[in-house]
Amino acid sequence: MKGRIKAVFGNMVVAQTSDNIIKNAVGYCVRSDGVKLLCEIIRVRGDSADLQIFEETRGLRVGDEVIFEEEMLSASLGPGLLGQIYDGLQNPLPQLAEKVGFFLEPGNYIHALDTERTWDWTPKAKAGDVVQAADTLGSVPESIFEHNIMVPFGWDGQFTVQYIAEPGSYPILKDIAILTDSSGNERKVTMEQSWPVKRPLCVTKRRLLPTTPMVTSVRIVDTMFPIVQGGTYCIPGPFGAGKTVLQQITSRHAHVDIVIITACGERAGEVVDTIREFPQLQDPRTGRSLMERTIIICNTSAMPVAARDASVYTGMTLAEYYRQIGLNVLLLADSTSRWAQAMREISGRLEEIPGEEAFPAYLESRIASFYERAGSIELRDKRIASVTIGGTVSPAGGNFDEPVTQATLKVVGAFHGLSRARSDARRYPAIDPLESWSKYKGIIDSKKVARMNKVLKRGDEIHQMMTVVGEEGTPIEDFTTMLKAEFFDSAYLQQNAFDDVDAATSVDRQKFVFDKLLEVIETDFDFKNKDEARHCMKKISSLFINWNYAPWDESVIPESERQDEKMSKTAHEGKEETERGSFTEILKQIDEYVQSLLDGSKNPESDEKLQETNA
Amino acid sequence: MRTYFDEISKIAGNVVTVKADGIGYDELAVITSRHGTSLAQVIRLEDDQVSLQIFGGTEGVSTGDKIRFLGQSFRVPFTDDLLGRVFDGSGQPRDGRPEVKAETVEIGSPAVNPTKRRVPDKMIHTRIPMIDIFNTLVGSQKLPIFSSAGEPYNDLLARVGMQADAEVIILGGMGLRHDDYLTFRHRFDEAGVLGRTIMFIHTAADPVVECLLIPDLALAVGEQYALQGKNVLVLLSDMTSFSDALKEIAITMEQVPSNRGYPGDLYTQLARRYEKAVDFDGAGAMTVLACVTMPGDDVTHPVPDNTGYITEGQLYLRHGRIEPFGSLSRLKQLVNGKTRDDHRDIMNACIQLYAQCDESREKREMGFELSDWDERLIQYGDLFEAKIMNLNLNIQLFDALDECWKILAECFRPEETGIRNAIIQKHWPKKVLQEETTETSKA
Repeated sequence: MKGRIKAVFGNMVVAQTSDNIIKNAVGYCVRSDGVKLLCEIIRVRGDSADLQIFEETRGLRVGDEVIFEEEMLSASLGPGLLGQIYDGLQNPLPQLAEKVGFFLEPGNYIHALDTERTWDWTPKAKAGDVVQAADTLGSVPESIFEHNIMVPFGWDGQFTVQYIAEPGSYPILKDIAILTDSSGNERKVTMEQSWPVKRPLCVTKRRLLPTTPMVTSVRIVDTMFPIVQGGTYCIPGPFGAGKTVLQQITSRHAHVDIVIITACGERAGEVVDTIREFPQLQDPRTGRSLMERTIIICNTSAMPVAARDASVYTGMTLAEYYRQIGLNVLLLADSTSRWAQAMREISGRLEEIPGEEAFPAYLESRIASFYERAGSIELRDKRIASVTIGGTVSPAGGNFDEPVTQATLKVVGAFHGLSRARSDARRYPAIDPLESWSKYKGIIDSKKVARMNKVLKRGDEIHQMMTVVGEEGTPIEDFTTMLKAEFFDSAYLQQNAFDDVDAATSVDRQKFVFDKLLEVIETDFDFKNKDEARHCMKKISSLFINWNYAPWDESVIPESERQDEKMSKTAHEGKEETERGSFTEILKQIDEYVQSLLDGSKNPESDEKLQETNA
Repeated sequence: MRTYFDEISKIAGNVVTVKADGIGYDELAVITSRHGTSLAQVIRLEDDQVSLQIFGGTEGVSTGDKIRFLGQSFRVPFTDDLLGRVFDGSGQPRDGRPEVKAETVEIGSPAVNPTKRRVPDKMIHTRIPMIDIFNTLVGSQKLPIFSSAGEPYNDLLARVGMQADAEVIILGGMGLRHDDYLTFRHRFDEAGVLGRTIMFIHTAADPVVECLLIPDLALAVGEQYALQGKNVLVLLSDMTSFSDALKEIAITMEQVPSNRGYPGDLYTQLARRYEKAVDFDGAGAMTVLACVTMPGDDVTHPVPDNTGYITEGQLYLRHGRIEPFGSLSRLKQLVNGKTRDDHRDIMNACIQLYAQCDESREKREMGFELSDWDERLIQYGDLFEAKIMNLNLNIQLFDALDECWKILAECFRPEETGIRNAIIQKHWPKKVLQEETTETSKA
């Protein structure tokens, strides 16, 4: 199908054709120098099609040819995706760099999967088997996973396996099976298939209610505002509050099989960090390079806007594909506001009637349907797999009352709101413990968390009251509660992302430390005066902070109660305990100190210090 | 030779629509009117109607004027002859010297492939302690200076241009007052850096369309030098004028405004310029320092807000000083561990003490009694402001660090600074340290 360009403005082209026009089909605008620019039909009016161009439109003319395909914008799926760095249209960036050098010149497209590399194929189905879409035919090893090769997801009905390739080493485009449908037509299956990115990919028996916690190793998340496998969460925050750092920590430590990072309209520098660091970092759970479980989709802010819209969906489709294989996938989108802005730009070009802040009226439904693609599912062979989505939001002026944040909050299961006040005070992660919420159940008994929350809330109230009535006007009980809330904040909620040990706290450790904290906080200390209270709580606090830096010792809990997955040898294992103090030693110190406070027998060292501060 | 088109059907704002065919999007044209010729750029094609943005403005343009298309998009000559020269927003010399003839390069080139970028690791020495010690500028960084209109932001920018250890300096001036332009020129000349400087200047009196091209011109030339392996510093002032020019053109083109009249693609437009800052894997680097005036001193205004999401930190200019608390160079930790072992400790200690000094000063203003500690903090604050925060300084990093030690030693005992003992032993000014120890031993 062909057409001709009628109008060009910005990244929009209007083309006229006498053929049928399929909405959302892709096409190519052919520039007069022969360069073909990928585009997508986003609106049809009579015989003219409105196209959004995924490249710069510089040099296009009225009358230039447009070639339409029948396919919608699709992602290539198959072995070889892991460890790749793609742009929003799934072009592998390292290969593009080899081909065209420093710049992303328009009109260069490279197949997403390496067609020459061979994979060790093991058939699982046999001739005569009756199969249907998404059933496994065989598998190849990819990284540490068994990558199932499935009957293409888009095929309707039942098929009989007529031929299946012998075990061996094949490239992805080799026909590894031939299936016949009910009317006897033969269809060939290769290791690669494609799926239109804007349609949810979910071939399943049923969707499940997500309940398994997804451990991020970030204490404030796992304990206070947990996420579950198959759930959704969002991180809104003003610039400089640490959204991206939080995403990076999560992408390193999250307990999932695969992480897909979609850098959507953000700084290139941040992606470069990930690209250069991940191959060197070790996945503590497997001992392999982190890159082997990661896919990066990167459409940074300087890359064309239309491809930014596509990048989010491309990432989503890859995540869903690995879910069909039976794995737990985490999709991190940074930032969904840039995606929304891309929608706004495109909508503006289409001259649609604008909604709030000029965002299109369909903003909410697009965001909702995107997050709804997450979920925990039971596959046809009863295995359970999931896609979890975590999206950052960059609200204008850091004000959460804007359309993108509000539309997102309606559909996610957890809200990790970052606050400027906390990041200015260097309290990281800057998740606001009073504003944030989660609808999921975490690793720690929710009753205990509620008790702790009460202390936090009360502490905040007292703190605010104190700014009015001063320290003198605050009763000692209230004052102590405030100090306890502050203690919990500094010793537990805050976490040092740049320390080898403190950066990631395992499930068992979180449970153990949280119980200890709760025990201390619910102890009635009966301090004589405020100076004493302040001094003692400071001391306890610093003991707990030191404790956070000490390597975990799992022997403190009975073996039967341990839940942590076995870690491979980790980078910091060699670190001498003496340098940081031993976990059990510090625990002893804490117990002794708390006991000494209860006994009323001040240890002389602390009295001395107390006098010093008083003087 | 191309033909002329003269069927002008519409003149609105800075946009002229003419009937023509075979014209490429983004193509450049020349319009000849009674008032002379001006460059123009295609911004919309619709059937045979071509809309052009006229760089020189449309005042006096008649429906009978002729337009000639050049068959290519905007290009800028690239040669070492550019050094020491001044150009306007349409690339014409504004220093009265002849036009530069050379190979040309396209402006607004495609984005850099992220896999061809390096993680930046080179510090740019500006010899201004508030930047070098506390908010270190790193090669390939993009850093804005947020300030209100009355602050000496152009002075600061000029000073960085004069003192920074960059091989090529490119100044892009947008909506500058003519005085400011002359001051820049004069100061660069005086400092003897004019020979490695290129200026692209749009003054407030020039046509607004030319303002839009300034960053593209400056960055295109800078990028070429960076590709040659040079270390380039691009200074832009003021990006708010640039954004306002964007707003003006967008409204003329009847685009739907999003926030306070700015077009919905403001973020993308700004990002496309700032993201040009790059450290090429296997070539040079380009660093961008840009002034952003905040209307109403409001950081949530769309221009500074969008900028903050794009750039790698920000410097706040307040009361003639770089504000030590809100300012942040996000890349500083990539380099400040490798300069001198006391750099990070001095950086943290000085700022923490200065924060405490602020509290003591507040106490003084409230009329509370001051302790000895408060007095010393205030003394420290005064010294720190005079000897370190002063923006008219021109001292090397190591000298600036030594100066910090001197100030600390003058006001505090070593243990009061909260600096690690090992560092104190090594760097605390020797003479004073001995005196201190003898004093304490006597006591």
